[in-house]
Amino acid sequence: MLQALWNNRIEVAAVILFAVGLTTLLLHKNLLKKIIGLNIMDTAGYLFLTSLGYIEGRLAPIITDGSTDPERYVNPLPAGLVLTGIVVSVSVTAVMLALTLRLYRRYHTLNLDEIYKMVHREQEEEP
Amino acid sequence: MSFCLNFPLFLLVGSLLSAVLSCALEKNAARILCMALTITSFAANLVIGIYTYRTGQNYTYLMGHYPHPWGNELRIGLTEALFSAAFSLILFLTLLGARKTLIQRVQQDKGRFYYCMCDLVQAALLALVYTNDLFTGYVFIEICTLSSCGILMIRENGKTILASVRYMIFSLIGSGLFLLGVIFLYGITGHLLMPNLRESIAGLSADGTYALPLLASMCLIVTGLSVKSGLFPFHIWMADTYGAAIPGSSGILSGLVSKGYSFLLIKIIFDVFGTDVFYASGIHNVVFALGGLGVIVGSVSAIRENNVLRMCAYSSAAQIGYIYMGLGLSPVLGMEAALFQILAHAFTKPALFLSAGYLTDSMGGAKKFRNLTGAAHVNPAAGAFFAFGAFSMIGLPLTMGFIVKYLFGAAAFESTHLKLIPTLLVLAVSTVLNTVYFARAILHFYTKNPNPDVYSKVRVREQKTYILSASVFAALNLFFGIFAKPLIDILAGALSVF
Repeated sequence: MLQALWNNRIEVAAVILFAVGLTTLLLHKNLLKKIIGLNIMDTAGYLFLTSLGYIEGRLAPIITDGSTDPERYVNPLPAGLVLTGIVVSVSVTAVMLALTLRLYRRYHTLNLDEIYKMVHREQEEEP
Repeated sequence: MSFCLNFPLFLLVGSLLSAVLSCALEKNAARILCMALTITSFAANLVIGIYTYRTGQNYTYLMGHYPHPWGNELRIGLTEALFSAAFSLILFLTLLGARKTLIQRVQQDKGRFYYCMCDLVQAALLALVYTNDLFTGYVFIEICTLSSCGILMIRENGKTILASVRYMIFSLIGSGLFLLGVIFLYGITGHLLMPNLRESIAGLSADGTYALPLLASMCLIVTGLSVKSGLFPFHIWMADTYGAAIPGSSGILSGLVSKGYSFLLIKIIFDVFGTDVFYASGIHNVVFALGGLGVIVGSVSAIRENNVLRMCAYSSAAQIGYIYMGLGLSPVLGMEAALFQILAHAFTKPALFLSAGYLTDSMGGAKKFRNLTGAAHVNPAAGAFFAFGAFSMIGLPLTMGFIVKYLFGAAAFESTHLKLIPTLLVLAVSTVLNTVYFARAILHFYTKNPNPDVYSKVRVREQKTYILSASVFAALNLFFGIFAKPLIDILAGALSVF
């Protein structure tokens, strides 16, 4: 059991990071911490994906000395996927930060519960 | 004729380009571009539909002619063509009907961004329907999330921004889980293209290797997509989101975006896991139970709500429950019912949200029922279309809602005894609950207002585009409610070659 965990230590780390990110995203009241949790969760996914493509002792898949033997290089596809994923998470983070900024300007707090209370009060006053 | 095979790619690239172009255009030009795009997409998908109906086969479109495993592929069959045509038409009609509310509620200089986001929603929906590659699916899920957040937060008040934040958090949890599921699948199979995945998964499940990772990835993908489409108990973001957005956005979000995710899930069940593996895993039983609970809980929450837009939002939660109930019920008739429900709800909900929006507008922005008394006398057209939408939601004969209930009944009898009674019970109870809350709304709208002269009657020419769009929605609903057989046959035929 322990041996299996040690052999897959990167995957185990990725799963732990994912859980940390998910709980932060779900349970924290502070919006900025939620966004950090989101980023940890995404990073965990990328770590997992990269570790799938990595093969011990092989080179980065960039041809420098003219050798096209696939046995020399690691799998480039997961790295490509991770790059795409990073682009996605950057844009998502940017939108979330913009939303947070707007909420902060209006309610002067980052605590989601307090913002919720204030919005609820506004809503009660509506016709 | 075979030239039409290129249409899906043209539509995807066209939608993405129009989105970029819209940012630089005036609001009206952006609107015309977006409308032209959606109606072109509708026509092109009809042509593809006719082509695939004639050949009776799906076709795979290799992007850049790279064969697998290097290339990225689209796969289009009759189901895909039918659903993308329907989604484009609904987007067109919703934008047409929502024009007046957009002018009133969105700042003049932001209008073009709204249409930019709509172009992106269209691109994402088309890609979710067409894609033959799971990772492309993930990327467009995120594009769909971001663009739907855009059309949600276009109205800048505290309520909407908070709703956008909550919507984003739930959506991102959903897409995070989906991504993890895709990575698991890639880890055990080494593929991302759906046909390769299906082959490997069939092999893995036959010899029992990697049983746990396979089950885990199935759970993650199903959970991720159901969080995003708002299945119980993940529906809690819905009321705030749909209740706070402008009516057109609520229509697009509930009628199209959540349906796009549900359709992708159905496609994944058929093309990636294969129905045999999926229905042997037992996940469908959980999905069935949550779907049934969602129908009841959504309806009860709708009864307790005193705000008309939030009531419609909870009704959406209940209708999403139906889709998942069908999905869990059985692979043939249950799936058929789920697909029909996607179309039925997509043809009804946007019109319902638009009508509710026009009714509240004509009463000076009031949203609570006690302040909406007599709204249908002030705005007779919106009242009538709201009532028609409500009839379809309840499931009165001649509407698509009735056919949905009929299909669910038929599917229940095909499934096991354990699911027969719960399905019939849910159908019966939800019909009663639907009647309760929609009847209450309609009674409020048609009761005479004690001070009838406060609000001036809304004339037809003030809302021409809305009446046009709502009439087309109602006509389509009636048409498919009366002549449902051809559509059901097409869906059944399409499912057999999915």
